[in-house]
Amino acid sequence: MSTVTVLTQKPVRTYQAYQRPLWRRVLLTREMAIIALLAIVVASALMWVPNFDSPLTVTYLIREIAPILLIALPMTLIIVTEEIDLSVGSVVGLSSVVTGLLVQAGFPLPIAGVLAVITGMVAGVINGALVTFVGLPSLAVTIGTLALFRGIAVGLLGTTAISEFPEFWTDLARDNITGTPIPVIILPFIVLAIVFSVLLHFTPFGRSLYAIGLNKEAAAFSGINVAMTKFWLFVMSGSVAGFAGVYFTLLYNNARGDNATGMELQVIAAVLLGGVSIFGGRGAMHGVIAGVFLIGTLASALRLASVTSDIINVITGVLLILSVVSASLLAWVRTKRVSAIGRKKGRSGTEGDSA
Amino acid sequence: MFNMGRKSGRFGVGVAALVAVSALALTGCSSSGDSGDSGDAGGDAGSDVSIVMLPKNLGNPYFDTSTGGAEAAVAEFGGSFEEVGPTEASPTAQVPFIQTAAQQGASALIVSANDPEAICDALDEARDAGVKVVTFDSDTNPDCRDLFINQATAEGIAKIQVDLITEQIGDEGEIAVLSASANATNQNAWIEMMQAELDANHPNVELVEIAYGDDDDQTSFDKTAALLQTYPDLKGIVSPTTVGISAAARYLSTSEYKGEVALTGLGTPNQMREYVEDGTVTAFALWNPADLGYLAAYAAQALATGEITGAEGDTFEAGELGSYTVDADATVLLGEPYVFDADNIGDFDF
Repeated sequence: MSTVTVLTQKPVRTYQAYQRPLWRRVLLTREMAIIALLAIVVASALMWVPNFDSPLTVTYLIREIAPILLIALPMTLIIVTEEIDLSVGSVVGLSSVVTGLLVQAGFPLPIAGVLAVITGMVAGVINGALVTFVGLPSLAVTIGTLALFRGIAVGLLGTTAISEFPEFWTDLARDNITGTPIPVIILPFIVLAIVFSVLLHFTPFGRSLYAIGLNKEAAAFSGINVAMTKFWLFVMSGSVAGFAGVYFTLLYNNARGDNATGMELQVIAAVLLGGVSIFGGRGAMHGVIAGVFLIGTLASALRLASVTSDIINVITGVLLILSVVSASLLAWVRTKRVSAIGRKKGRSGTEGDSA
Repeated sequence: MFNMGRKSGRFGVGVAALVAVSALALTGCSSSGDSGDSGDAGGDAGSDVSIVMLPKNLGNPYFDTSTGGAEAAVAEFGGSFEEVGPTEASPTAQVPFIQTAAQQGASALIVSANDPEAICDALDEARDAGVKVVTFDSDTNPDCRDLFINQATAEGIAKIQVDLITEQIGDEGEIAVLSASANATNQNAWIEMMQAELDANHPNVELVEIAYGDDDDQTSFDKTAALLQTYPDLKGIVSPTTVGISAAARYLSTSEYKGEVALTGLGTPNQMREYVEDGTVTAFALWNPADLGYLAAYAAQALATGEITGAEGDTFEAGELGSYTVDADATVLLGEPYVFDADNIGDFDF
C-alpha cells in the first residue's frame, strides 16, 4: 500500500486504500474465525474424545441444536437492527402448551401446529407493537413478555405435562434421513436458513436492517420505514419461535409450560459468538450458523469427555466473553486505522467498514 | 508503513484470540479425554461395569446422598461410576445426558425422571444401544426402563406412621392428621390406609380431624395451632408431608405442648434435626436415599451382567442390604420406610 499515492487520490481510492483485498475480506473475518474454531473443535474432539466419532453424535447434535438454530435466524436480523427479543424461550413454551392442549382436545396435529405457530405470531405482534408503535425499548418489552408468556404457559397447563401425541409426528421429529445419521428435520431448517440468509444479505430489506442498526435516524431519512421493519422482525421471531415450540413438543413427546426455559440465552449467545454485534449493524448468517454449531459441538464433546455441566457452562461463557472482547478490540483497531488514514488525507468520508 | 503496522496488529489480535480460545477448547477436551479413556479401559477389562447416575438435578442434598450410596455400592462390586446431570430439574435437560450415556456405551444408567414421559424416547434409544436403564426415586412410564427401584409403598408409608404415633402416645387417645391439600391423591390414599389400620389394630386411638395445610409453611403452622386449641385432649399429630411436619414442629417447639403432644410423619433429617434434638419430636419416617442409591447400583450391575433381566421373580444380592426380588411391573421395593430418631439423625445430610 503506497501511502504517497493515497494522499493524491480521489475519495474512492481513499476508501479502497483502507478496504482490504478481496481474499482478506473473505478469509479474515470474524465469521471465518468462528468457522475455523468450529473446525478445530471438531478435529480435536475426533482425535481425543472417545465415542465422538459415532453417527449417534451427529444425530443427537442436530436434534439438540435444531430449535436454537431455528430461533437464531430471526434473532440475527433483530440484533442487527440493535434490538433484542428475550421472549423467544417463553414463546416456545407457550406454543408447546397450545399444541398439547389442542391435541388433547382432539384437534389433528397439523391444525394444532398451525394454531401454535399463530400463537407465536400473535406473541410477536404484541412485542412488535409495544416496541415500534408504543416506542418502548425492546429489552424492557421482551423482559416483560418473557415473564408474561411463560406465566400464561404455566398457568394454562399447571405443572402437568401432555404426552399423547400421534406417533407419526413424533417419529418425524426424530427420524433420520434413510441411510444417514442426519435427522429429517434438518431439511426444512436448511430451507429456512437459506431463506433468512438471502433475506439478510441479498435483499434491500436485509441491507436496510444494517442501515437501521448503524444509524436509525439516517436510515429513516433515506426512506426506510424503521418502525414497520422492526415490527415485522418481531412478528417473524414470534412465528419462528412458535414453530420451534411445535418441534420441541414432538421431539420430546412432551408439552409443558416450562419447556425451553432459558433458551433465549442460548440463542443470543450463539448469535453473538457468530459475530453479530450486540450494538447492531454488523454480522452475517454463516457466522451465526457456525456459532450455533460451535456451542452445540463443544457441549456435546465436553459431555462425552465427562466434563460436568457447570464446567461446560464456564467454558461456553469464557468463549462468549473472549469473542465479544476480540470483536471490540478489532473494532477499536479499525477505528484507529480509519482515523489515521483520515488524518493523512486531511479530510475523508465517514463510511464504515460494511464487511 | 504505519498503516501496515495497524493492519498486522489487527490480524494479530484476531489470531491471538483464536489461539487462546482454541487452546482452551483443546485443553478442555484433551485433559478430560484422558479420564474418559481410562474409564473406558476400566469398562472393557473383565466383567467390570460402567454405571452412569443421572439425578433430577445436581447440587441437591437428597440426590447427593443417593449418589453416595450408589458410589459405595460400585466401590464394593468394582466398576466405573460417574454422576452426571443438569443444574436445573427440567425433563428435557436430562435428555442430552441420557444420549451421552448411550454414545459412551455405558453398561447401565440409573435415573430419577423429572417427567414420566419426556425422557422416554431418549431412554428407549439408549436401551437400543445396549444400556440397561434403572429408575429410582421417580419412575418413568414402565415401558421405558428395565427396572424401577421403589423407595416405599403406600401401605408401608401408612403403616409406619400409625406404628410411630401409637407407640409415642401409648396406644390410646385422640390424634389428628395434618395433611397437604384436600385433593392430594397420594396423601388421601395414605390417610385412608392409616384410618383402616387404626380401626383394625388400635381401637383406643381416635382420629378426630384431618386438617389441610396446603403444603404451605404458614398455613400448616396456623392449622397446628387451631388443632391444639380445638382439641385440648389431643395426644398426637401425624403429618404425612415434609412441609406440614416441620411447620407443626416449629409451632410445638415454642408452645406449652412441647413434649406433651407427640408429632410424627414424613420429614427430612435436615428439616427435623433441631426438633429431634430439642425433644419436640421423638421419631419420624422417610426412606433412606443412600440405601436407595445403593440398591439401584446393585440392581444396575445385576442387569448389566445378565444376572437378572427384570422379569418378575428374578432375585439378586445387594451387598449389605441382602437379597431382593423383582415384583410385578419390573419393580424392586427398597423395604419399610426408614425411621429417623435422635440416635441416627446425625448420620444424614439431606
